[in-house]
Amino acid sequence: MAKSYKTGTVTGVNGNLVTVEFDSQVIQNEVAYVLVGEMRLKSEVIRVRDTVADLQVFENTGGVKIGFPVEFTGELLSVQLGPGLLTMVYDGLQNPLPELAEQSGFFLQRGLYCEPLDSDRKWEFTPAATAGDELSAGDTIGTVPESMFEHRIMLPFSWTGKWQVAEIANKGEMTIRDPVAKVRRDNEEREVTMVQSWPVRVPIETYQEKLLPSEPLVTQQRIVDTFFPIAKGGSFCTPGPFGAGKTVLQHAISQYSQVDVVVVAACGERAGEVVEILREYPELKDPRTGRHLIDRTIIICNTSSMPVAAREASIYTSVTLAEYYRQMGLNVLLLADSTSRWAQALREMSGRLEEIPGEEAFPAYLESLIAGFYERAGLVRLFDGSTGSVTIGGAVSPAGGNFEEPVTQATLKVVGCFLGLSRDRANARRFPSIHPLESWSKYPPIVDPGQVEKVRRMLRRGNEISQMMKVVGEEGTPTADFVVYLKGEMLDAVYLQQNTFDQVDAATSDERQRHCFAKVMQAMDAEFEFKDKSEARKFFNQLRQVFIDWNYAAPDSDEFAEIEKKIDEMLNGQNQ
Amino acid sequence: MKKVYHRIIQISGNVISVDAEDVAYNTLAEVTTGDQVSLAQVIRLDRQRVYLQVFAGSRGISTDSQVRFLGKPMQVSASEDILGRIFTGSGAPRDKGPRLQDQMIDIGGMSVNPSRRIIPRNMIRTGLPMIDVFNSLVESQKLPIFSSAGEPYNQLLARIAMQAEVDVIMIGGMGLKNDDYLFFRNILEEKGALTRSVMFIHTASDPVVECLLVPDMTLAVAENYATNGKRVLVLLTDMTSFCDALKEIAITMEQIPSNRGYPGDLYSQLAARYEKAVDFEGAGSITILAVTTMPGDDVTHPVPDNTGYITEGQYYLTNGRIDPFGSLSRLKQLVNADTRDDHRAVMDNMIRLYADYRESQEKRSMGFRMSDWDHKLLKYGEKFEATMMDLSVNIPLEEALDQGWSLLAECFEASEVGLKSELIKKFWPKPEDAGQKTGKAQEEEAE
Ligand SMILES: Nc1ncnc2c1ncn2[C@@H]1O[C@H](COP(=O)(O)OP(=O)(O)O)[C@@H](O)[C@H]1O
Ligand SMILES: [Mg+2]
Repeated sequence: MAKSYKTGTVTGVNGNLVTVEFDSQVIQNEVAYVLVGEMRLKSEVIRVRDTVADLQVFENTGGVKIGFPVEFTGELLSVQLGPGLLTMVYDGLQNPLPELAEQSGFFLQRGLYCEPLDSDRKWEFTPAATAGDELSAGDTIGTVPESMFEHRIMLPFSWTGKWQVAEIANKGEMTIRDPVAKVRRDNEEREVTMVQSWPVRVPIETYQEKLLPSEPLVTQQRIVDTFFPIAKGGSFCTPGPFGAGKTVLQHAISQYSQVDVVVVAACGERAGEVVEILREYPELKDPRTGRHLIDRTIIICNTSSMPVAAREASIYTSVTLAEYYRQMGLNVLLLADSTSRWAQALREMSGRLEEIPGEEAFPAYLESLIAGFYERAGLVRLFDGSTGSVTIGGAVSPAGGNFEEPVTQATLKVVGCFLGLSRDRANARRFPSIHPLESWSKYPPIVDPGQVEKVRRMLRRGNEISQMMKVVGEEGTPTADFVVYLKGEMLDAVYLQQNTFDQVDAATSDERQRHCFAKVMQAMDAEFEFKDKSEARKFFNQLRQVFIDWNYAAPDSDEFAEIEKKIDEMLNGQNQ
Repeated sequence: MKKVYHRIIQISGNVISVDAEDVAYNTLAEVTTGDQVSLAQVIRLDRQRVYLQVFAGSRGISTDSQVRFLGKPMQVSASEDILGRIFTGSGAPRDKGPRLQDQMIDIGGMSVNPSRRIIPRNMIRTGLPMIDVFNSLVESQKLPIFSSAGEPYNQLLARIAMQAEVDVIMIGGMGLKNDDYLFFRNILEEKGALTRSVMFIHTASDPVVECLLVPDMTLAVAENYATNGKRVLVLLTDMTSFCDALKEIAITMEQIPSNRGYPGDLYSQLAARYEKAVDFEGAGSITILAVTTMPGDDVTHPVPDNTGYITEGQYYLTNGRIDPFGSLSRLKQLVNADTRDDHRAVMDNMIRLYADYRESQEKRSMGFRMSDWDHKLLKYGEKFEATMMDLSVNIPLEEALDQGWSLLAECFEASEVGLKSELIKKFWPKPEDAGQKTGKAQEEEAE
């Protein structure tokens, strides 16, 4: 390459922190390469003091010596945006993992990087602008079909001012390297291709305005949609101790949510869990589009044993890709598992930089970084009047399962919905283990909020009674109270709990939720007469069984209708 | 000839520093004091200053000890002669065999590319019903035994290792008592398994830095076998000692601790080791069974807590038994669908009933009236503990399932256990099989 680089030399190595003396100037967060013989180790400037820059190296630094040369690129850590991102599996720096495997086999290899997008693949370009049009950043120049929608080729978000289209390509097949247009501003002429690059740490703000998220994002998880809903453009978090079901819940949400694009960020957790997505999503059908799930999915995979600095970057890589598809007027869902691992990566770096630590040695700026990340969620009105959204859901892995820790607390301050997973519910195999009394959401549910409030009051009362019963025993509890307790237990078993591993029960459409919720409410509202507790228990056990069978019945099946009739009979029979 | 440096500038904890040139990060040096030689590793470079972590500890090192840089990172021999051998954490022979110097490979190698991983699919049979029936162990799983001090965790590890059908057994001992080390060695010898085993042993009296090396040495050799088509079982005991070694060194390096003195990268350090568990498509596999003793019997302690976030489940060892609550094999559903068609149902129902038993037990201890149902549960629970939970039992999965059915039939009516009717039809023992006992038990219950 004929490019001339600014250079520096290594003066210190401490883990993945390399200190470099430079000759001219450097930019905060610019990418640099530490040269180890033939190998180039990618790194990022994270602190500058006088003529010394601190780099976080995205690789193992073994073998680096004092005096080794460093090249500064002058470019911020960025991702490539263009058609072909969907279905891809990237590491935290947007290297396609299958491609890396082709070059280096079973193991990742230091200093090996690949192009994020396939530059040979042909795309059918259809122009949307014409010569003479005046465009600004983010305006559509043309489109190419990608998966189930038209991928907009946009004037790069970083090009400020008005640009006049001088030339535009005709409809036809081309690669991402071919120019699709030439645009002009004053005396400057630039070529536009299908790819642009964008610095990951900077939010894309090429839109008219941010709107208040209000439309439900249907996840088809009953306890979420009915009780603790998520909104398109909103944010939520799922803190929980290990084994509580964070990952299973995120997988279910990624699979069944009614959105256009899902970005899965496997951030510092088990590689094995990503493999399940990698192997299964290409097989699984998305009933909404009839295509495979993988066709709407991008996977960013920087699992726990991969370099920790790249783990930190992976969160930003993910959210930038999500924002990019939002710019096309799509609803994008980003799921990050787990944001605590990202925070720990920050903590590791902060420790090496010898910064003054905050609580549990996390850096003092942790809270503002977490806020900044979730702020990148949002529903926006684009310049062409259409809307797009990025919804962010972050798993949180609190130390010791205790929510009073910095990452959980900082996250709770900024998200719109809190799905707290409980150890007790997981142990009792009540999945998803979202705690019905402690969780909350600021977004509107898919059913009447008054009803939801009523149910929560009932559950709270049922819980009090059950605590009481542990002291006074069943025999010391009035039958009326006992019935309230049984009702709560039944609602929990037949509505809050949902079997992810059952084909039918795994996903409940919003329509079906409204229908079933009404029926469950009928049972909740009914006044029952029982001669004693054992009669009451027997009745509710039976009713519960029928409701559970109903959950397993395919929608619109005869079975579904029959069971519904049976429920009606049971309710009417008891409730004359 | 490599240059030798004579002036040690600082000695603190296990870390010494010298001023030297042309030294590569993470490589080794030899530190010589009189006729004592120890390996050391470069852990920090700051201009000309080189910080070295001395494997044998800094005791006895003097300001004029000699430091000679070797220019290569820590390595271990991957020679065929390694089978049957026992080494220290730094790879020196602990048995009477020769030092191995050929086919040296780097330890702590790069991680497996996630896109090359496959979904685990083979069950490892252990002969223990609490594992095989309720929380199946799967080839390539990483799973710790969470244990209180004093529990027979090493016996359990050895038991599983002897039972498992694997090609190579690797044992990494950290902070082991000498007795435990001898226990492992003797049992391998007794069962004729020593010739397919390799041990890297750090005992409680060895230098703490060597403790840190044990997992990497063990796993590097394991990885070498696995990529060559061998199925390897790695036993790591006790990972809490490894974590404590990390803590000790972090503190001497004046790192800011994150939680109860442990360094902020504890999670990443543990993950780097545990994530070596893998099933290679077209080659072998690495399964990791570890021991994590829980300080103060507290799972929220940083060591078990971070471990639980990384591993694919855990077995809780309490009162000499694997506790069904809290124990979890996250991979079991990948293998227990194709064992026998009653496996999952028996697993779920027996545990559910056992949970009900615990509740009845609690009620009884509070002096509440026991119903007929409570009596049945109490009987069931006691029998369950005596048969299924006993760690000395050694039976194949199928037999364990059969035993489960007869246990259910001894204690309950078929309609009471909440199993699907078609399974009841197929598996519920006929009265003549279950013997007289059942009938009698039922009479008593009816009373
Ligand atoms: N919805 C669910 N239905 C049934 N089992 C579940 C469910 N969620 C979690 N589990 C069980 O709990 C285990 C741990 O869940 P996981 O999501 O991996 O926990 P976490 O990510 O919180 O550590 C799973 O392997 C599975 O056995
Ligand atoms: Mg998880």
